[in-house]
Amino acid sequence: MLDGKIPAGPLEQKWDKYRSTMKLINPANKRKYNIIVVGTGLAGGAAAATLAELGYNVKNFCIQDSPRRAHSIAAQGGINAAKNYPNDGDSIWRLFHDTIKGGDYRSREGNVYRLAQVSNNIIDQCVAQGVPFARDYGGLLDNRSFGGAQVSRTFYARGQTGQQLLLGAYSSLSRQIGLGKVRMFPRSELVDLVVVDGRTRGVVMRNLVNGQLESHAGDAVILATGGYGNVFFLSTNAASCNVGAAFKAYKKGAYFANPCYTQIHPTCIPVSGTHQSKLTLMSESLRNDGRVWVPKDPSDKRSPANIPESDRFYYLEEKYPSFGNLVPRDVASRNAKEVCDKGLGVSATGYAVYLDFSDAIKRDGKDVVAKKYGNLFDMYHNIIDDNPYETPMMIYPATHYTMGGLWVDYELQTTIPGCFALGEANFSDHGANRLGASALMQGLADGYFVIPYTIAPFLANNGNSDIQKDHAAFKDAEKKADAYVKKILSINGKQTADEIHRKLGQIIWDYVGMARNNEGLKKAIGMIKELQEQFWSNVTVPGSDTDYNFALQKAMRVADFLEFGELMAVDALDRQESCGGHLNEAFQTDEGEARRDDDNYCHVAAWEYKGQGNEPAFHKEPLVFENVELTQRSYK
Amino acid sequence: MTTQGKTINITLKVWRQKGPGVKGKLETIEAKNISTDMSFLEMLDTINEGRIVQGKEPIEFDNDCREGICGMCGAVVNGIPHGPEKAMTLCQLHMRKFKNEDIIVVEPWRARAFPIIKDLVVDRSALDKIIQSGGFVSMVAGGAPDANAIPISQNIAEKAMDAAACIGCGACVAACPNASAMLFVSAKISQLALLPQGKPEAAQRAWNMVHAMDDCGFGNCTNEKECEAACPKEISIVNIARMNREFIKAGFASHVM
Ligand SMILES: Cc1cc2nc3c(=O)[nH]c(=O)nc-3n(C[C@H](O)[C@H](O)[C@H](O)COP(=O)(O)OP(=O)(O)OC[C@H]3O[C@@H](n4cnc5c(N)ncnc54)[C@H](O)[C@@H]3O)c2cc1C
Ligand code: FES
Repeated sequence: MLDGKIPAGPLEQKWDKYRSTMKLINPANKRKYNIIVVGTGLAGGAAAATLAELGYNVKNFCIQDSPRRAHSIAAQGGINAAKNYPNDGDSIWRLFHDTIKGGDYRSREGNVYRLAQVSNNIIDQCVAQGVPFARDYGGLLDNRSFGGAQVSRTFYARGQTGQQLLLGAYSSLSRQIGLGKVRMFPRSELVDLVVVDGRTRGVVMRNLVNGQLESHAGDAVILATGGYGNVFFLSTNAASCNVGAAFKAYKKGAYFANPCYTQIHPTCIPVSGTHQSKLTLMSESLRNDGRVWVPKDPSDKRSPANIPESDRFYYLEEKYPSFGNLVPRDVASRNAKEVCDKGLGVSATGYAVYLDFSDAIKRDGKDVVAKKYGNLFDMYHNIIDDNPYETPMMIYPATHYTMGGLWVDYELQTTIPGCFALGEANFSDHGANRLGASALMQGLADGYFVIPYTIAPFLANNGNSDIQKDHAAFKDAEKKADAYVKKILSINGKQTADEIHRKLGQIIWDYVGMARNNEGLKKAIGMIKELQEQFWSNVTVPGSDTDYNFALQKAMRVADFLEFGELMAVDALDRQESCGGHLNEAFQTDEGEARRDDDNYCHVAAWEYKGQGNEPAFHKEPLVFENVELTQRSYK
Repeated sequence: MTTQGKTINITLKVWRQKGPGVKGKLETIEAKNISTDMSFLEMLDTINEGRIVQGKEPIEFDNDCREGICGMCGAVVNGIPHGPEKAMTLCQLHMRKFKNEDIIVVEPWRARAFPIIKDLVVDRSALDKIIQSGGFVSMVAGGAPDANAIPISQNIAEKAMDAAACIGCGACVAACPNASAMLFVSAKISQLALLPQGKPEAAQRAWNMVHAMDDCGFGNCTNEKECEAACPKEISIVNIARMNREFIKAGFASHVM
């Protein structure tokens, strides 16, 4: 049985109690510790900067050419906090409760409460850094309601909240780099985690410019390497998002929790052809004014303007009269899939639904609609070459976020002592489904306000690591990584890594996507195994391992996704219930809602690697709810 | 009118350079049946996929978000950084903006401060060095006052946001005949000088960042305004005027010299 090490005592006092009784490291001793932070997104960037501010020596790594380009930069909508500035009834308790409920009761009370508590500090911190959040006429911070929340708790900076928050973290990080407290290594990718005598000792990184393998020893390693949405090939994630770092840690003994929990966002630009490299997110806010529909008759090929009201199926409004187009993400996504699977979908592929603004334009005028959504309409127009003021937009769900991740305890430590995981890379706070504007909050909470405390007890109890980078364990890891790279380059087959990745994505989308069933999951496992063989016998990767080689980077990431995809399906198959973003068709309420089985599945599923070709071992962390009552969602 | 489903044939003349410091040249590559629904980068992907199976080296180019926000992509297309469309990064440019039989010349950012790594991939770490010299507010996590303690007028907040929208792609440097990073530097200096949080260090910051820019090998600004025209985020050269004011103030304040 896994122990999350949640401090005892009343919910409201857990974090305070932890902080006031934890072991500290005195300021003069902090500089004796070397901490490795992998990732420079909100979680990693914030952690590296803050740990350096405290006095630790930090080495920080990222794949991109600059820490400022981590995928967090792309977040649009906003960041939640329980400030209650609008005086509309928000509180730490309410943010906590909404997050637990939104996660369909599959996250930990202790972690989520702490997240809600520190949410307010994040906004203070970011404003002090000079993040230009939106303000009202009086000069105070503006808030909006996001993702169906009943209170306005979302702070935003135009449609570029992630960018501004990341640039804030990057500025603090840059200051520490300038002061010499952080050494920054861009264009480098983790290829192995080094563990000796049950303790994390450091990492082996691959320099993406010259292909060199470089070992770095440290007293603790923090992985803040983001989510694994790109296992679907097509997603809203950036090209370099990968599961590699987390997966290497998994192979070295870190348990992987709830890999089957993924979030599919309902409003994205649909797939148009096989050349497509990503799916662009269209902000959720569009559903506030757009009406979702498909033709009632599958053979109806008239242009949308010529389809009269009586021949349109406004399926969300009909099925969910009280929430209508504003049902939560997973419900909206699943219903889009359902109507398309029935042949009602639009566009050349049949995998799209209309999001129609004509009523809003009639009601409020084009100018009002343009003021609210102009930039999104332009973006759509540029990608699809169709004018959404005149014809309805076409949208379809796309993979957006992954709730699963490395298992961590309350201190954000994985099951390998000395290896911590933050941000989207861990599994900790969103349960089976994440609320809008909560990922940015969690990344910054972990980086600025949690890890700077929770790393200290580990260091205080264990002291410095006595292994340097010339140790045999590092040399051995370098040798293995080198052989691995050379093997991939030597296969010389006929398929590119992208082709194989696209096939993997299709399997995951079809069988481990929005709706799953046991038969499909079993089938997927077989198909993925076959695809793994295709990769190792028939992939072709050009060039060499001694210079910049993007195709090689991609191939190495695809190799990890191929193994990881199997683990996702195994986890999904094990969870014989539905919850949040995981819908097994056999477990639905009469309304088509995810039906949980709290008697048997109110737990975190954590998987332990047991070697190539072996089934992973299952570990259970029971979830204990002392403060909230578990209820069945309903949006009718 | 929608152009969905159309294809075109194009000729690319693309810069190929094996590594830093070695000689490069333009290579001519014919690309047939390019769907006009593709983005420019998807067109390059398609060419690369074809090359990989033929055993030829793909064209290396930087990219990540592919939605115009990370600042990772960028190349000079027919003489214009990020290509012909206004206010658009290369990853957002679509092939429907080109015609059948077009010849498209694709080159990397060219600047002394941006050494070429391979083909279209350049080293822009000099931009990070400038930020490290002063592009921040000196504060530590934990000590901040309540976020609403200092009201900031909407007008100022919006101006700061206009400047903060810079994605750090380096197109301004590539567009400038002097390869100056003035627009980039001024955007950060402006953002922080406009806001009360950044005011205490404004003069020192301007001084440090301008000197760091010189040290990194960027050229001087001679008011060519090419930077503003090339910027995918439409950062205004008003920021340069604002920066000059801060810089002059710094020159007068003896403590920073
Ligand atoms: C289009 C889009 C919009 C979104 N909008 C919102 C929103 O409005 N509100 C919200 O709350 N959330 C939003 N999200 C989710 C949110 O942006 C992410 O969950 C969050 O930013 C993740 O931050 P992170 O620090 O954990 O990881 P990331 O920002 O993904 O950073 C990962 C870092 O790790 C590095 N890295 C990764 N792998 C390796 C490796 N193997 N070796 C070395 N380095 C590595 C990368 O280089 C990078 O620096 C959005 C997501 C998307 C895709
Ligand atoms: S790839 Fe991110 S801006 Fe173009």
